[in-house]
Amino acid sequence: MTTTAPLLDVAHLTLTIGTGGRRVVDDVSFQVFPGEIVGIVGESGSGKTLAARAVMGFVPPAVRLAGGSIRFEGQDVMAMSGKELRAMRGAKVGMVFQEPMTSLNPSMLIGRQLDEGLALHRRLDASARRALILDMLKRVGLRDPEGALDSYPHQFSGGMRQRIMLASVMLLKPALLLADEPTTALDAVVQRDVMELMVELTQANDTAVLLISHDLGMVARYCSRIVVMCRGEVVEQGTAEDILARPQHPYTRKLLAAMPQRLPARFLPQGETPIVAVRDLVVDYPGRQGFFRRSAPKRALHGISIDVQPGEVVAVVGGSGSGKTTLGQSIAGLVKPAGGEILFNGKPIAKSDTAYWDYRLNCQMVFQDPYSSLDPRMTIRQLVGEPLRLVEDMDTSARQARIAEVLAEVGLSDGFAERFPHELSGGQRQRVAIARAIVRRPSFVIADEPVSALDVTVRAQVLALFDELQKKHGFSCLFISHDLGVVEQVADRVVVMQDGRIVEEGPRDAIFDAPRHPYTRKLLSAVPGLEATGDGGVRLFWRLGEGEAKAPA
Amino acid sequence: MSSDSTVSAGGAMKRNRRMKLPAPNALVGSTLIAILLAAAGTGALWTPYDPLKLSFREKLVAPSALHWLGTDEFGRDVLSRLMAGAATSVWISILTVTLAVVMGTAIGLVSGYLRGWADRVIMAFNDALLAFPGILLALGLLAVLGANKYGIIVALGIAYTPSVARVVRGTVLSLREREFIAASRVMGNGEGFTMLRHILPNCIAPLTVLATSMFGYVLLAESALSFLGLGVPPPAPTWGNMLAGSRPYIDQAAWLGIFPGLAISLTLLGINLLGDALRDRLDPRMRGAR
Repeated sequence: MTTTAPLLDVAHLTLTIGTGGRRVVDDVSFQVFPGEIVGIVGESGSGKTLAARAVMGFVPPAVRLAGGSIRFEGQDVMAMSGKELRAMRGAKVGMVFQEPMTSLNPSMLIGRQLDEGLALHRRLDASARRALILDMLKRVGLRDPEGALDSYPHQFSGGMRQRIMLASVMLLKPALLLADEPTTALDAVVQRDVMELMVELTQANDTAVLLISHDLGMVARYCSRIVVMCRGEVVEQGTAEDILARPQHPYTRKLLAAMPQRLPARFLPQGETPIVAVRDLVVDYPGRQGFFRRSAPKRALHGISIDVQPGEVVAVVGGSGSGKTTLGQSIAGLVKPAGGEILFNGKPIAKSDTAYWDYRLNCQMVFQDPYSSLDPRMTIRQLVGEPLRLVEDMDTSARQARIAEVLAEVGLSDGFAERFPHELSGGQRQRVAIARAIVRRPSFVIADEPVSALDVTVRAQVLALFDELQKKHGFSCLFISHDLGVVEQVADRVVVMQDGRIVEEGPRDAIFDAPRHPYTRKLLSAVPGLEATGDGGVRLFWRLGEGEAKAPA
Repeated sequence: MSSDSTVSAGGAMKRNRRMKLPAPNALVGSTLIAILLAAAGTGALWTPYDPLKLSFREKLVAPSALHWLGTDEFGRDVLSRLMAGAATSVWISILTVTLAVVMGTAIGLVSGYLRGWADRVIMAFNDALLAFPGILLALGLLAVLGANKYGIIVALGIAYTPSVARVVRGTVLSLREREFIAASRVMGNGEGFTMLRHILPNCIAPLTVLATSMFGYVLLAESALSFLGLGVPPPAPTWGNMLAGSRPYIDQAAWLGIFPGLAISLTLLGINLLGDALRDRLDPRMRGAR
């Protein structure tokens, strides 16, 4: 393959921003050959998206080309006129964006949206275009392509929309497909389906793919070559195998080390009274309510029972819509259950005020989004100190001492106390959120996707911190996540949920090594397993491949 | 439609200016407001002439060394009347805006935070009130309350309450879905505490903007009411009734209209500048942005 001319040749590309000329993309070189899949991996701020968009000639106005070139089929993209660029976009280079919810025009029928590019770039009459569109929609797996033509984007789920997006791009049979985090917004199972489809379609059309992602596991699975970017520079590139097994650059090693790995199972004394016991919890969401009509409520949880033992970390996993977040919220008391009860230390919390208050003070929660879970008008000291307001017999100096102690525990020492949340990074904010949850020394913490909004290496740090604090203080934890890798690292026991019901539960090793329920198997097959090979490298393996496991070629 | 786009373009321009020159804008704003407050303060106690004293020999005198801003059709000194009027006008505007903001915030906060039936009933009523032009509503209320200073305050205050309630409710609706509200409830904080500690302070930015622009509307509404003969009754001066009274003489004695108009414009400018600066100061995210 390497004997042919490269399809895309990016050489010494340097992009600067603002008057200071900060280099956001610095001397980046890589090539994509026809029909090959190349991955660019990096964390936020690494310049990976900017570099890829420059290929299309899409660069924000503040960004200037300071050097280097981008050649597509031998032509310099940066020197192209507007007309030439427009002819290239869509027809020769297609792009799939991250957000399936916003990348389709919500007020346009699917059929017309797909027709748009085709009518622009191909000389075909309407019926021939329609036939092509129907054929493509069938290939991306839509059940009713005819009906889809006359539907609007909101009638489809995120995964389906991403398929439609893919169909609209592949209709034009481009020579290169730019996929910018194409599946990040989707849940694990759907993610895999969409990726498989993308690979299948592009291989069939001999389309090369430039896949941009923060997810090294996914990139390694589908790409033949990987480019690792950090702070605007390419730190390492090579075949997927080499990068994984023999990483050279410290940053690549750090990325690999940040991928969650299983720790040895812990021994926990069993048979005591569970600290929190949930019995037959039922939650209904009210239907649409108007002045005069009211539709039927929707049942989100169909009688869930879970026991959490003292000191135990129980993970709840499931795809989106499985009810796992609702479960966390109803156990935290944010959603009123329609039935069932919650027992704290054996006492039902709904029966007496003292039991409820005892539970309220002892049950805390860490939320998913560190950007919305902290009141923007409060300082870090105020935020962390707020739960102490409700602790009786604690004077001001004891409170201040506790705040300082907890901030030190989460690795945010003195300098941070008087700052506001907007002055902190995502990882630091999540540390504040953890500090706030544990400042009262609760015995039970609910963590709802606590690390899914964070970058890979930050995620590893926050996860390690959480693990350390859990062992130190011994609080029990309900850990809600869609990310099985993270769950494998932290959980003692795993509960798998689907459509508001528990489909399987058991010790972590049993669930990961010998899953029984088909849904669990499906979830597991969507994420890679990792095995350290010593010397900083890892080996990627696919669980329960069912004959589909692909060795990174 | 076109008015919408001009409003947003103006907003963007204002934002740009603020980013570049935050200090001058606060400085100019506070200077203007200081002059206004000084005029209102001294005007209540001392003026160059008695603002009510008639002097037919000196009627419609153009601005001169004796009468800096001229005299009106009854020979009353315009400067003295402007100073005395400042006290009345500013007092009316401040009280009206305070009344509207307090009532509107309370209604919007409760309605937006509780949702459900209470919200629907309150907002249906609120929207019905919003459907009337504010001035018409105030006119109706004034007919009931009687045309005097406090009647005007209550009438205009009630007339402007619904728009405050709308803005606050909208802000609350978006705030209550944020995770820090859930975090506060998980902590064990009561609903009332959560509302006052976490929701209300985050409403301050939109409220400051609204209150400053409303201050201007109220000054104008008060003059409109005077114009219709339902304002503060003569002979007591307000900027509004001075402006209204200048109409028949606009071609012979332009200063009668120009000076009260200028006073209103400069006050609005000062308040808007100060409001912007204040909002930035009150918002921790804007601090240190210079």
